[in-house]
Amino acid sequence: MSKVIVVTSGKGGVGKTTSSAAFASGLASQGHKTAVIDFDVGLRNLDLIMGVERRVVYDFVNVINGEATLKQALIKDKRVDNLYILPASQTRDKDALTKEGVESVIEELKKEGFEYIVCDSPAGIEKGAFMALYFADEAIVVTNPEVSSVRDSDRILGILQSRSKAAEEGRTVKEHLLITRYSPNRVEGGDMLSKDDIVEILSVPLIGVIPESESVLQASNSGNPVILDDESEAGKAYMDVVRRFLGEDVPLRFMQVTEEKKGFFSKLFG
Amino acid sequence: MGLFSFFKQEKKKNTANLAKERLQILIAHEHADKSKQTPDYLPKLRDEILTVIRKYVHVSEDDVNVKIENAEDYDVLELNITLPESK
Repeated sequence: MSKVIVVTSGKGGVGKTTSSAAFASGLASQGHKTAVIDFDVGLRNLDLIMGVERRVVYDFVNVINGEATLKQALIKDKRVDNLYILPASQTRDKDALTKEGVESVIEELKKEGFEYIVCDSPAGIEKGAFMALYFADEAIVVTNPEVSSVRDSDRILGILQSRSKAAEEGRTVKEHLLITRYSPNRVEGGDMLSKDDIVEILSVPLIGVIPESESVLQASNSGNPVILDDESEAGKAYMDVVRRFLGEDVPLRFMQVTEEKKGFFSKLFG
Repeated sequence: MGLFSFFKQEKKKNTANLAKERLQILIAHEHADKSKQTPDYLPKLRDEILTVIRKYVHVSEDDVNVKIENAEDYDVLELNITLPESK
């Protein structure tokens, strides 16, 4: 049985592509044949985050239009076995995606034996985002502890449960909340929404919390999914997410407040 | 504990609580609005009704009023057509 998982958020810049790359790499590293599709037609970036930008020959739209076969367009990852990337088109617009076209690609991936098909959604609630979530069985909603991100997540949750194929057929899309760019220190200080606040507001089960971490930028700089950096807290937190998704019971980590190093003056006047 | 931290904290304490309250109110409103939303076929329905009526009576655009009202467990489609005065 294959599963289609959309990584979505409504708001831009919250970490959808970083999370898609990490999540897909994590699933593949656990031995599951996984494809990750970039739905951000016109503004592709997953290829860059995954470090395969120079290996893109054909893209998602080429496959939909029959200009290339799926086999030709899929990029096999060189670091992780079982991992394949389907890049978005750089030149077309979002209307290039059709329900029929997307469905045929997803069906072919299922036939090829892919266990997990991860759909990296573009920001917004327009066509690209709608196409990314339409065929989803499960959704990972990426949220930052910040008001506009939480509100947009609520909007996208509404769309998932009213306009997806599952909703049309009377099924529900299984939802997971993933909080990224979390800072336990700022939560403790009372100027950042806590994970419990966000879970309470959105009423969606939490699948993980990724701490704000320098390693995320370092990973994207070098084109390595951050989950492959097993030294970093963010990488470990993403691996926990993957293990929870696969049914393991893994406690939350990296939630402790760290003592800030203060100079003499900030100690005095802080 | 620094000398001035007592005063500084007083000023911007717990903005997270404020964020939570604002979000809870906003999201409750948005959910309520959504359930009250009029169906998107309403403008088209109105246009088609107007066309049919105009076959028989001359009415202006503003004389046809279509609205949906939500009651407890049923919705009412209200159609109000003002006919021109007969001479």
